[in-house]
Amino acid sequence: MSKITKEQVEKVAKLARLNLTPDELNKFADQLSSIFEHVDILSEVDTDGTQPTSQVTGLTNVMRDDEVDSDFCSKDELLAVTPLPVERGQIKVKKVL
Amino acid sequence: MDLNQLTIWEAHEGLKAKKFSSEDLTNACIKRARERNPEVNAFVEITEDFALEQARLVDKDGAAGPLSGIPIGIKDLFSVKGYETTAGSKILKGYKPPFDATAVAKLREAGAVFLGRTNMDEFACGSSTEHSCYGNTKNPCDLERVPGGSSGGSAAAVADMMCIGAIGTDTGGSIRQPVSLCGSTGLKPTYGRVSRFGVIAMASSWDTVGPFGKDVKDLALMLQVMAGNDKRDSTTPERPVPDYMAALDKNVKGLKIGIPKEYFGEGVEDETRDMVMNAVRSLEKQGAILQEVSLPMTKYALAVYYVSMPAELSANLARYDGIRFGIKPSEDGSDLEEYYRNVRGEGFGDEIKRRIMIGTYVLSAGYYDAYYKKAQEVRTKIIDDFNRVFEEVDVLCGPVSPYPAFKFGENLADPLKMYMADVLTIPASTAGLPAASVPCGMSSGGLPIGFQVIGRQFDEENVLRVGDSVCDMNKF
Repeated sequence: MSKITKEQVEKVAKLARLNLTPDELNKFADQLSSIFEHVDILSEVDTDGTQPTSQVTGLTNVMRDDEVDSDFCSKDELLAVTPLPVERGQIKVKKVL
Repeated sequence: MDLNQLTIWEAHEGLKAKKFSSEDLTNACIKRARERNPEVNAFVEITEDFALEQARLVDKDGAAGPLSGIPIGIKDLFSVKGYETTAGSKILKGYKPPFDATAVAKLREAGAVFLGRTNMDEFACGSSTEHSCYGNTKNPCDLERVPGGSSGGSAAAVADMMCIGAIGTDTGGSIRQPVSLCGSTGLKPTYGRVSRFGVIAMASSWDTVGPFGKDVKDLALMLQVMAGNDKRDSTTPERPVPDYMAALDKNVKGLKIGIPKEYFGEGVEDETRDMVMNAVRSLEKQGAILQEVSLPMTKYALAVYYVSMPAELSANLARYDGIRFGIKPSEDGSDLEEYYRNVRGEGFGDEIKRRIMIGTYVLSAGYYDAYYKKAQEVRTKIIDDFNRVFEEVDVLCGPVSPYPAFKFGENLADPLKMYMADVLTIPASTAGLPAASVPCGMSSGGLPIGFQVIGRQFDEENVLRVGDSVCDMNKF
């Protein structure tokens, strides 16, 4: 299952919102195939009954109060770093629909 | 000896005894960096005025703690309030964070002097610092060779005496491998030991923050300041931070050292293997007890990493959409989606695009179970391996990198070959274990060879102690 086609690369690039050049499409098809060929080694391992690990130190569900800490960083400071115009405290973007 | 050549501890003693000022020390580092950086490119920005201002403040108030007045380099992915932070990526050019990362705030509080931003592979993805929008960093030991990566700038800057210490991040080896290739020392702490708040994220179940120094004492001093719980990073446990310097007072007598046979196998160069084994035998002479152990899952760690890490990376990097920070695309496009595709296509470099593609692929419908879930299950098996051997031994020792510094371009065309550079550092990351890299000798070609010490979770003390013993014997 490891051979990745150019069409698959195109589909994934679209999902990832990533413009790729025709050269990149071809190159990634080859390179990803060879990377997944290596990754297929995982199928050798019997993992029946093995729990997946997503956190390594055993912490679970660390909760905190949902409070805004405006002393730390203000809304205006955060808005100041956008490359886009700001209107009425909001960033103006391209139309969505 | 020039002041820039001092270790943190030596510099601190000098400052305390008023043999020189922090301004003198900072100027010595700036002078060296100005001389060497055009060639080595370890720093992408030298914040001279800011550094001197901080240094003068320390001189006025007197050096308090061991980091007070000490010039350090900061990897270009730590948010420093008001100073450009780009993670080596074009997509963040010009971004000046409005807050400090917690590690940075703690260093600031401790009086450290910020000399500038160090170069890195884009978003910490790479093993050679060849993937930076600021160009390659060169290995100060041989300018035709890579410094390792992704924290190549921090490792090279310390090794080349441009700063006294530095900080960086290690996800699969990004502190240990460059340090090994440049001949400095570095520590990847336990996952969660140091807060990652304000550090540009790569792979969140793997990322750690750690120190670079000229010796192990430097690492202990910097870790002491940075470690601990942070309410802004929920992965940092409320666990006391021990006195790391005190741990260095004890020797290795009676300590059980495991030698994993898989770390000395195929692909590891003979010279690297011999140098590391020499250091292991000197530890034995100092009273450590050696035991050969086996970690049979080692060979699967790279594959686990190259599924899990790109999956997490692709999710983390979804936030770079040209809206809240960073650059705009040269063509806006007709709608928001085209804007996203344009800015990401222009702003991300080759390696980042490749990893986003891998990550998006393994998380996409139909492949999730076969790749992502499988990798997480094998990750559990690797952790079980470590848990088993750590019932018998206190630390594990082996090489950091299978070979010393390679030449520019040598591994660029074949990503898989480049990924193999981290084959011996990724396993410890898989299990969130602390691991240090210290120099243990030189190759016949005059290139540094690094020695890796891996410990149990939150046992930085034994890792530093063994590293310190290897460093000490190397001095004679």
